Amino acid sequence: MRYAFYLGCITPYRVPHNELSTRRIAREFGIELVDLDDFTCCGFPIKNASYEAALLTAARNLCLAEEKGLDICTICPACTSVLTEANKELKEDKKLRDEVNEKLSNIGHEFKGTIKVGHFARILYEEIGVEKIKEKVKRDLSTLKFAVHYGCHYLKPSEIYKGFDDPENPKSLDEIVGVTGAKSIDYEDKKLCCGNVIVGIDQDISWTIANQKLDHIKSCGADAMVLICPACSTQYDTTQRMIESKFNATYNLPILYLNQVLGLAFGIDPKELGLNLNRVKTTELLEKVG
Amino acid sequence: MEASKEQKETPVVMVSDLDPNFKYEVAAQPGGENIKRCFACGTCSAGCPVRAIDDKYNPRKIIRMVLLGMRERVLKSDFIWLCATCYTCAERCPQDVKLVDIMTVLKNMAVKEGYIHPLYKEQMKLISENGAVYKIDNKRRERYGLPPVQPNSDETEEIFKVTGVSDFLTEREGEEK
Repeated sequence: MRYAFYLGCITPYRVPHNELSTRRIAREFGIELVDLDDFTCCGFPIKNASYEAALLTAARNLCLAEEKGLDICTICPACTSVLTEANKELKEDKKLRDEVNEKLSNIGHEFKGTIKVGHFARILYEEIGVEKIKEKVKRDLSTLKFAVHYGCHYLKPSEIYKGFDDPENPKSLDEIVGVTGAKSIDYEDKKLCCGNVIVGIDQDISWTIANQKLDHIKSCGADAMVLICPACSTQYDTTQRMIESKFNATYNLPILYLNQVLGLAFGIDPKELGLNLNRVKTTELLEKVG
Repeated sequence: MEASKEQKETPVVMVSDLDPNFKYEVAAQPGGENIKRCFACGTCSAGCPVRAIDDKYNPRKIIRMVLLGMRERVLKSDFIWLCATCYTCAERCPQDVKLVDIMTVLKNMAVKEGYIHPLYKEQMKLISENGAVYKIDNKRRERYGLPPVQPNSDETEEIFKVTGVSDFLTEREGEEK
Protein backbone atom coordinates (compact mmCIF):
# COMPACT_ATOMS: atom_id res chain seq x y z
CA MET A 1 0.00 0.00 0.00
CA ARG A 2 1.46 3.37 -1.05
CA TYR A 3 -0.03 6.78 -0.44
CA ALA A 4 0.93 10.38 -1.01
CA PHE A 5 1.23 11.60 2.58
CA TYR A 6 -0.70 14.81 3.10
CA LEU A 7 0.42 16.62 6.27
CA GLY A 8 -1.67 19.78 6.18
CA CYS A 9 -0.66 22.96 8.02
CA ILE A 10 -1.37 22.42 11.72
CA THR A 11 0.42 19.09 12.20
CA PRO A 12 3.94 20.10 11.11
CA TYR A 13 3.68 23.40 12.95
CA ARG A 14 1.96 22.55 16.20
CA VAL A 15 1.47 18.83 16.77
CA PRO A 16 4.34 16.78 15.32
CA HIS A 17 3.28 13.80 17.47
CA ASN A 18 0.34 13.36 15.10
CA GLU A 19 2.79 12.82 12.24
CA LEU A 20 5.34 10.82 14.25
CA SER A 21 2.78 8.33 15.54
CA THR A 22 1.16 7.97 12.11
CA ARG A 23 4.48 7.22 10.40
CA ARG A 24 5.29 4.68 13.11
CA ILE A 25 1.95 2.84 12.85
CA ALA A 26 2.08 2.94 9.03
CA ARG A 27 5.40 1.09 9.27
CA GLU A 28 3.80 -1.66 11.38
CA PHE A 29 1.34 -2.39 8.58
CA GLY A 30 3.71 -1.90 5.67
CA ILE A 31 1.86 1.22 4.52
CA GLU A 32 4.30 3.35 2.56
CA LEU A 33 3.77 7.09 3.04
CA VAL A 34 5.37 9.06 0.20
CA ASP A 35 6.30 12.69 0.94
CA LEU A 36 5.49 15.19 -1.79
CA ASP A 37 7.24 18.52 -1.36
CA ASP A 38 4.81 20.67 -3.27
CA PHE A 39 1.60 20.05 -1.34
CA THR A 40 0.18 23.29 0.06
CA CYS A 41 -2.70 24.28 2.33
CA CYS A 42 -5.67 22.05 1.47
CA GLY A 43 -8.03 24.98 0.86
CA PHE A 44 -10.08 24.71 4.07
CA PRO A 45 -9.28 28.19 5.47
CA ILE A 46 -9.34 29.67 1.95
CA LYS A 47 -13.04 28.81 1.68
CA ASN A 48 -13.75 31.66 4.08
CA ALA A 49 -12.46 34.14 1.53
CA SER A 50 -13.13 32.43 -1.79
CA TYR A 51 -14.76 29.12 -2.57
CA GLU A 52 -13.24 29.23 -6.05
CA ALA A 53 -9.68 29.73 -4.77
CA ALA A 54 -10.24 26.93 -2.24
CA LEU A 55 -11.48 24.59 -4.97
CA LEU A 56 -8.49 25.37 -7.20
CA THR A 57 -6.08 24.88 -4.31
CA ALA A 58 -7.64 21.53 -3.42
CA ALA A 59 -7.68 20.51 -7.10
CA ARG A 60 -4.02 21.37 -7.48
CA ASN A 61 -3.12 19.21 -4.46
CA LEU A 62 -5.16 16.35 -5.93
CA CYS A 63 -3.32 16.77 -9.24
CA LEU A 64 0.08 16.41 -7.54
CA ALA A 65 -0.92 13.00 -6.20
CA GLU A 66 -2.53 12.01 -9.50
CA GLU A 67 0.72 12.86 -11.29
CA LYS A 68 2.51 10.37 -9.04
CA GLY A 69 -0.26 7.80 -9.45
CA LEU A 70 -0.93 7.76 -5.70
CA ASP A 71 -4.03 7.96 -3.52
CA ILE A 72 -3.82 10.55 -0.75
CA CYS A 73 -3.54 9.68 2.93
CA THR A 74 -4.37 12.57 5.26
CA ILE A 75 -3.96 13.06 9.01
CA CYS A 76 -6.31 16.02 9.37
CA PRO A 77 -10.08 15.66 8.98
CA ALA A 78 -10.50 19.23 7.66
CA CYS A 79 -7.99 18.49 4.88
CA THR A 80 -9.78 15.20 4.29
CA SER A 81 -13.16 16.86 3.85
CA VAL A 82 -11.99 19.66 1.57
CA LEU A 83 -9.94 17.34 -0.65
CA THR A 84 -12.67 14.68 -0.73
CA GLU A 85 -15.34 17.25 -1.54
CA ALA A 86 -13.30 18.80 -4.37
CA ASN A 87 -12.43 15.35 -5.71
CA LYS A 88 -16.10 14.37 -5.75
CA GLU A 89 -17.35 17.62 -7.29
CA LEU A 90 -14.69 17.60 -10.00
CA LYS A 91 -15.19 13.94 -10.85
CA GLU A 92 -18.97 14.35 -11.15
CA ASP A 93 -19.31 17.77 -12.78
CA LYS A 94 -17.68 17.99 -16.20
CA LYS A 95 -18.46 21.68 -16.67
CA LEU A 96 -16.83 22.55 -13.36
CA ARG A 97 -13.88 20.29 -14.16
CA ASP A 98 -13.31 22.05 -17.49
CA GLU A 99 -13.42 25.47 -15.84
CA VAL A 100 -10.99 24.39 -13.13
CA ASN A 101 -8.66 22.72 -15.61
CA GLU A 102 -8.52 25.83 -17.74
CA LYS A 103 -7.23 27.78 -14.75
CA LEU A 104 -4.93 24.98 -13.58
CA SER A 105 -3.32 24.82 -17.03
CA ASN A 106 -1.56 28.13 -16.21
CA ILE A 107 0.40 26.32 -13.54
CA GLY A 108 0.86 23.12 -15.51
CA HIS A 109 -1.73 20.79 -13.95
CA GLU A 110 -4.81 18.95 -15.12
CA PHE A 111 -7.33 17.25 -12.86
CA LYS A 112 -8.15 13.82 -14.23
CA GLY A 113 -10.06 12.23 -11.36
CA THR A 114 -7.94 9.12 -10.95
CA ILE A 115 -7.31 8.97 -7.21
CA LYS A 116 -9.00 8.62 -3.81
CA VAL A 117 -8.53 10.55 -0.57
CA GLY A 118 -8.74 8.99 2.88
CA HIS A 119 -7.86 9.82 6.46
CA PHE A 120 -5.29 7.43 7.93
CA ALA A 121 -7.83 6.19 10.52
CA ARG A 122 -10.28 5.30 7.76
CA ILE A 123 -7.53 3.52 5.82
CA LEU A 124 -6.75 1.51 8.96
CA TYR A 125 -10.42 0.66 9.43
CA GLU A 126 -11.26 -0.16 5.83
CA GLU A 127 -8.02 -1.31 4.20
CA ILE A 128 -6.27 -3.00 7.14
CA GLY A 129 -9.33 -3.94 9.18
CA VAL A 130 -9.95 -4.44 12.87
CA GLU A 131 -8.90 -8.13 12.83
CA LYS A 132 -5.46 -7.43 11.40
CA ILE A 133 -4.95 -4.53 13.80
CA LYS A 134 -5.77 -6.89 16.66
CA GLU A 135 -3.03 -9.31 15.59
CA LYS A 136 -0.42 -6.63 16.36
CA VAL A 137 -1.57 -6.07 19.94
CA LYS A 138 1.14 -7.17 22.37
CA ARG A 139 0.12 -5.26 25.45
CA ASP A 140 -3.32 -5.32 27.02
CA LEU A 141 -4.71 -1.87 27.78
CA SER A 142 -7.76 -3.12 29.66
CA THR A 143 -6.85 -1.05 32.72
CA LEU A 144 -7.66 2.08 30.72
CA LYS A 145 -10.87 3.93 29.91
CA PHE A 146 -10.85 6.14 26.83
CA ALA A 147 -13.27 8.82 25.65
CA VAL A 148 -13.24 8.73 21.86
CA HIS A 149 -13.74 12.09 20.14
CA TYR A 150 -14.69 11.90 16.45
CA GLY A 151 -14.66 15.61 15.74
CA CYS A 152 -16.59 16.87 12.73
CA HIS A 153 -14.96 16.53 9.33
CA TYR A 154 -13.93 12.89 9.63
CA LEU A 155 -17.60 12.01 9.12
CA LYS A 156 -19.26 15.15 7.81
CA PRO A 157 -20.58 16.27 5.43
CA SER A 158 -21.64 12.62 5.16
CA GLU A 159 -22.72 13.00 1.51
CA ILE A 160 -19.05 13.17 0.43
CA TYR A 161 -18.00 10.07 2.40
CA LYS A 162 -20.33 7.61 0.66
CA GLY A 163 -21.92 6.24 3.79
CA PHE A 164 -18.69 5.65 5.70
CA ASP A 165 -19.79 5.26 9.33
CA ASP A 166 -22.81 7.05 10.77
CA PRO A 167 -22.27 10.70 11.76
CA GLU A 168 -25.09 10.50 14.32
CA ASN A 169 -23.89 7.23 15.82
CA PRO A 170 -20.32 6.55 14.73
CA LYS A 171 -18.44 3.41 15.69
CA SER A 172 -15.27 3.05 13.57
CA LEU A 173 -12.89 4.70 16.03
CA ASP A 174 -14.48 2.97 19.05
CA GLU A 175 -13.94 -0.37 17.32
CA ILE A 176 -10.27 0.37 16.66
CA VAL A 177 -9.75 1.51 20.27
CA GLY A 178 -11.59 -1.63 21.39
CA VAL A 179 -8.98 -3.99 19.94
CA THR A 180 -6.44 -2.74 22.49
CA GLY A 181 -8.55 -4.10 25.33
CA ALA A 182 -9.22 -0.57 26.60
CA LYS A 183 -12.80 0.43 27.29
CA SER A 184 -14.29 3.12 25.08
CA ILE A 185 -16.72 4.93 27.34
CA ASP A 186 -19.95 6.61 26.33
CA TYR A 187 -20.28 10.18 27.51
CA GLU A 188 -22.55 13.20 27.19
CA ASP A 189 -22.17 15.18 23.96
CA LYS A 190 -19.80 12.65 22.42
CA LYS A 191 -20.42 14.14 18.96
CA LEU A 192 -19.83 17.73 20.07
CA CYS A 193 -17.48 19.86 17.95
CA CYS A 194 -14.27 21.09 19.66
CA GLY A 195 -14.85 24.72 18.63
CA ASN A 196 -11.31 25.25 17.36
CA VAL A 197 -12.32 26.61 13.94
CA ILE A 198 -13.59 29.81 15.55
CA VAL A 199 -10.96 30.26 18.27
CA GLY A 200 -9.43 33.15 16.34
CA ILE A 201 -12.84 34.74 15.79
CA ASP A 202 -14.28 34.45 19.29
CA GLN A 203 -12.11 32.77 21.88
CA ASP A 204 -14.77 32.92 24.59
CA ILE A 205 -17.32 30.93 22.60
CA SER A 206 -14.69 28.54 21.28
CA TRP A 207 -13.23 27.70 24.68
CA THR A 208 -16.67 27.46 26.29
CA ILE A 209 -17.53 24.77 23.74
CA ALA A 210 -14.25 22.94 24.44
CA ASN A 211 -14.70 23.22 28.19
CA GLN A 212 -18.06 21.42 28.04
CA LYS A 213 -16.50 18.30 26.57
CA LEU A 214 -13.48 18.30 28.88
CA ASP A 215 -15.89 18.58 31.81
CA HIS A 216 -18.15 15.77 30.60
CA ILE A 217 -15.24 13.44 29.91
CA LYS A 218 -13.54 14.13 33.20
CA SER A 219 -16.73 13.43 35.12
CA CYS A 220 -16.91 9.98 33.48
CA GLY A 221 -13.53 9.05 34.92
CA ALA A 222 -11.80 8.59 31.57
CA ASP A 223 -8.02 8.20 31.57
CA ALA A 224 -7.66 10.09 28.29
CA MET A 225 -9.43 11.47 25.27
CA VAL A 226 -8.59 9.77 21.97
CA LEU A 227 -8.82 11.71 18.73
CA ILE A 228 -7.57 11.92 15.14
CA CYS A 229 -7.57 15.66 14.41
CA PRO A 230 -4.75 18.21 14.86
CA ALA A 231 -7.22 21.08 15.35
CA CYS A 232 -9.08 19.20 18.08
CA SER A 233 -5.81 18.25 19.74
CA THR A 234 -4.62 21.85 19.65
CA GLN A 235 -7.86 22.85 21.33
CA TYR A 236 -8.04 20.13 24.00
CA ASP A 237 -4.33 19.49 24.60
CA THR A 238 -2.26 22.55 23.65
CA THR A 239 -4.68 25.00 25.28
CA GLN A 240 -6.10 22.78 28.03
CA ARG A 241 -4.21 24.67 30.73
CA MET A 242 -5.62 28.00 29.52
CA ILE A 243 -9.15 26.59 29.38
CA GLU A 244 -8.73 25.24 32.91
CA SER A 245 -7.61 28.62 34.09
CA LYS A 246 -10.48 30.45 32.35
CA PHE A 247 -13.09 28.16 33.87
CA ASN A 248 -11.35 27.61 37.18
CA ALA A 249 -11.27 23.87 36.59
CA THR A 250 -8.70 21.09 36.80
CA TYR A 251 -8.90 18.41 34.15
CA ASN A 252 -5.35 17.20 33.64
CA LEU A 253 -6.80 15.01 30.90
CA PRO A 254 -4.26 13.46 28.51
CA ILE A 255 -5.26 13.88 24.86
CA LEU A 256 -3.94 11.03 22.74
CA TYR A 257 -3.92 10.45 19.03
CA LEU A 258 -5.45 7.14 17.99
CA ASN A 259 -2.08 6.08 16.59
CA GLN A 260 -0.43 6.74 19.95
CA VAL A 261 -2.97 4.43 21.61
CA LEU A 262 -2.34 1.74 19.00
CA GLY A 263 1.41 2.16 19.40
CA LEU A 264 1.15 1.62 23.16
CA ALA A 265 -0.87 -1.53 22.58
CA PHE A 266 1.67 -2.72 19.99
CA GLY A 267 4.43 -2.34 22.58
CA ILE A 268 6.17 0.52 20.76
CA ASP A 269 8.46 2.84 22.73
CA PRO A 270 6.37 5.90 23.80
CA LYS A 271 9.07 8.25 22.50
CA GLU A 272 8.73 6.87 18.99
CA LEU A 273 5.04 7.76 19.23
CA GLY A 274 5.84 11.32 20.27
CA LEU A 275 4.17 10.83 23.64
CA ASN A 276 6.78 13.16 25.13
CA LEU A 277 5.33 15.93 22.93
CA ASN A 278 1.77 15.80 24.30
CA ARG A 279 1.20 18.96 26.30
CA VAL A 280 -0.80 17.30 29.08
CA LYS A 281 1.64 14.80 30.50
CA THR A 282 0.95 11.12 29.99
CA THR A 283 3.22 9.84 32.78
CA GLU A 284 0.42 8.61 35.04
CA LEU A 285 -1.34 6.96 32.14
CA LEU A 286 1.84 5.16 31.08
CA GLU A 287 2.36 3.94 34.64
CA LYS A 288 -1.13 2.50 34.60
CA VAL A 289 -0.30 0.55 31.45
CA GLY A 290 2.77 -0.81 33.21
CA MET B 1 -42.43 54.23 30.30
CA GLU B 2 -40.82 50.81 30.23
CA ALA B 3 -42.84 49.79 27.20
CA SER B 4 -41.77 52.78 25.14
CA LYS B 5 -38.14 52.23 26.06
CA GLU B 6 -38.42 48.65 24.88
CA GLN B 7 -40.07 49.78 21.70
CA LYS B 8 -37.20 52.13 20.93
CA GLU B 9 -34.62 49.39 21.39
CA THR B 10 -36.41 46.81 19.29
CA PRO B 11 -34.70 46.69 15.90
CA VAL B 12 -37.24 47.48 13.24
CA VAL B 13 -37.01 45.91 9.81
CA MET B 14 -37.86 48.57 7.24
CA VAL B 15 -39.11 47.27 3.92
CA SER B 16 -37.33 50.13 2.19
CA ASP B 17 -33.99 48.82 3.52
CA LEU B 18 -34.53 45.33 2.15
CA ASP B 19 -32.97 43.99 -1.00
CA PRO B 20 -35.38 41.48 -2.53
CA ASN B 21 -32.66 40.21 -4.84
CA PHE B 22 -30.33 39.16 -2.04
CA LYS B 23 -31.71 35.62 -1.79
CA TYR B 24 -31.40 35.14 -5.55
CA GLU B 25 -27.81 36.33 -5.41
CA VAL B 26 -27.08 33.79 -2.67
CA ALA B 27 -28.94 31.03 -4.54
CA ALA B 28 -26.87 31.73 -7.67
CA GLN B 29 -23.60 30.87 -5.87
CA PRO B 30 -22.24 27.31 -5.62
CA GLY B 31 -23.60 25.91 -2.34
CA GLY B 32 -26.31 28.57 -2.01
CA GLU B 33 -28.83 26.89 -4.33
CA ASN B 34 -31.13 25.49 -1.66
CA ILE B 35 -31.62 28.56 0.52
CA LYS B 36 -35.20 29.20 -0.58
CA ARG B 37 -36.23 25.72 0.62
CA CYS B 38 -35.90 26.78 4.27
CA PHE B 39 -39.23 26.59 6.13
CA ALA B 40 -37.71 27.94 9.34
CA CYS B 41 -38.17 24.82 11.48
CA GLY B 42 -35.13 25.71 13.59
CA THR B 43 -33.48 22.28 13.54
CA CYS B 44 -30.21 24.04 12.62
CA SER B 45 -30.30 26.36 15.61
CA ALA B 46 -31.37 23.57 17.98
CA GLY B 47 -28.26 21.52 17.24
CA CYS B 48 -25.76 24.33 16.75
CA PRO B 49 -22.93 24.25 19.35
CA VAL B 50 -22.15 27.94 18.83
CA ARG B 51 -25.77 29.03 19.18
CA ALA B 52 -25.94 26.98 22.40
CA ILE B 53 -23.30 29.29 23.90
CA ASP B 54 -24.14 32.64 22.33
CA ASP B 55 -27.35 33.71 20.65
CA LYS B 56 -25.56 36.23 18.41
CA TYR B 57 -24.94 33.28 16.09
CA ASN B 58 -28.34 31.90 15.19
CA PRO B 59 -28.39 29.98 11.88
CA ARG B 60 -32.17 29.96 11.54
CA LYS B 61 -32.28 33.72 12.01
CA ILE B 62 -29.43 34.27 9.54
CA ILE B 63 -31.29 32.33 6.83
CA ARG B 64 -34.44 34.34 7.62
CA MET B 65 -32.48 37.59 7.32
CA VAL B 66 -31.16 36.53 3.92
CA LEU B 67 -34.62 35.54 2.69
CA LEU B 68 -36.01 38.87 3.86
CA GLY B 69 -33.27 40.69 1.99
CA MET B 70 -31.31 42.21 4.89
CA ARG B 71 -28.24 42.35 2.71
CA GLU B 72 -26.10 44.92 4.45
CA ARG B 73 -26.87 43.78 7.98
CA VAL B 74 -25.88 40.24 7.11
CA LEU B 75 -22.74 40.97 5.08
CA LYS B 76 -21.43 43.59 7.52
CA SER B 77 -22.17 41.43 10.55
CA ASP B 78 -19.72 39.74 12.89
CA PHE B 79 -21.91 36.66 13.16
CA ILE B 80 -21.30 35.23 9.68
CA TRP B 81 -17.73 34.44 10.76
CA LEU B 82 -18.87 32.37 13.73
CA CYS B 83 -19.89 29.14 11.99
CA ALA B 84 -17.67 26.38 13.39
CA THR B 85 -18.35 24.26 10.25
CA CYS B 86 -19.34 21.24 12.36
CA TYR B 87 -22.08 20.35 9.83
CA THR B 88 -24.57 19.33 12.55
CA CYS B 89 -27.16 21.65 10.98
CA ALA B 90 -26.51 20.48 7.43
CA GLU B 91 -26.75 16.80 8.41
CA ARG B 92 -30.08 17.28 10.16
CA CYS B 93 -31.80 19.86 7.93
CA PRO B 94 -35.03 18.31 6.61
CA GLN B 95 -34.91 20.60 3.58
CA ASP B 96 -31.24 20.04 2.68
CA VAL B 97 -30.54 23.77 2.88
CA LYS B 98 -26.75 23.16 3.20
CA LEU B 99 -26.23 25.80 5.82
CA VAL B 100 -22.45 25.50 6.08
CA ASP B 101 -22.15 26.12 2.34
CA ILE B 102 -24.50 29.09 2.64
CA MET B 103 -22.31 30.57 5.36
CA THR B 104 -19.38 30.16 2.94
CA VAL B 105 -21.36 31.99 0.24
CA LEU B 106 -22.17 34.83 2.67
CA LYS B 107 -18.55 35.12 3.81
CA ASN B 108 -17.34 35.17 0.21
CA MET B 109 -19.87 37.90 -0.65
CA ALA B 110 -18.80 39.90 2.41
CA VAL B 111 -15.16 39.59 1.35
CA LYS B 112 -15.99 40.93 -2.12
CA GLU B 113 -17.61 43.95 -0.51
CA GLY B 114 -14.56 44.61 1.64
CA TYR B 115 -15.70 43.09 4.92
CA ILE B 116 -13.16 40.29 5.28
CA HIS B 117 -12.51 39.32 8.89
CA PRO B 118 -8.95 40.43 9.83
CA LEU B 119 -8.05 36.87 10.87
CA TYR B 120 -8.75 35.50 7.40
CA LYS B 121 -7.03 38.41 5.71
CA GLU B 122 -3.93 37.51 7.72
CA GLN B 123 -4.31 33.80 6.94
CA MET B 124 -4.69 34.46 3.20
CA LYS B 125 -1.49 36.50 3.27
CA LEU B 126 0.37 33.70 5.04
CA ILE B 127 -0.94 31.08 2.61
CA SER B 128 0.02 33.28 -0.33
CA GLU B 129 3.55 33.71 1.05
CA ASN B 130 4.21 30.25 2.48
CA GLY B 131 1.77 27.97 0.73
CA ALA B 132 0.50 27.08 4.22
CA VAL B 133 -1.14 28.83 7.16
CA TYR B 134 2.07 28.41 9.14
CA LYS B 135 5.67 28.69 8.07
CA ILE B 136 7.15 25.24 8.41
CA ASP B 137 10.35 25.01 10.45
CA ASN B 138 12.43 22.29 8.80
CA LYS B 139 15.19 22.52 11.44
CA ARG B 140 12.66 21.59 14.09
CA ARG B 141 11.40 18.76 11.90
CA GLU B 142 14.93 17.46 11.58
CA ARG B 143 15.26 17.34 15.37
CA TYR B 144 12.23 15.06 15.47
CA GLY B 145 13.68 12.89 12.71
CA LEU B 146 11.08 14.09 10.22
CA PRO B 147 11.85 14.79 6.53
CA PRO B 148 11.85 18.43 5.33
CA VAL B 149 8.78 19.77 3.51
CA GLN B 150 8.47 22.83 1.33
CA PRO B 151 4.95 23.84 0.26
CA ASN B 152 4.85 25.45 -3.19
CA SER B 153 3.87 29.06 -2.61
CA ASP B 154 4.44 30.17 -6.25
CA GLU B 155 1.49 28.19 -7.51
CA THR B 156 -0.66 29.25 -4.55
CA GLU B 157 0.10 32.87 -5.39
CA GLU B 158 -0.93 32.21 -8.97
CA ILE B 159 -4.22 30.67 -7.84
CA PHE B 160 -4.86 33.72 -5.64
CA LYS B 161 -4.20 35.94 -8.66
CA VAL B 162 -6.60 34.23 -11.08
CA THR B 163 -9.37 34.11 -8.45
CA GLY B 164 -8.99 37.72 -7.33
CA VAL B 165 -7.97 36.83 -3.76
CA SER B 166 -4.68 38.68 -4.13
CA ASP B 167 -6.58 41.81 -5.27
CA PHE B 168 -8.42 42.25 -2.01
CA LEU B 169 -5.24 41.46 -0.09
CA THR B 170 -3.31 44.29 -1.76
CA GLU B 171 -5.95 46.83 -2.85
CA ARG B 172 -7.41 47.29 0.57
CA GLU B 173 -4.06 47.44 2.27
CA GLY B 174 -4.04 50.23 4.84
CA GLU B 175 -7.66 51.08 4.15
CA GLU B 176 -9.67 51.57 7.31
CA LYS B 177 -12.99 49.81 7.42
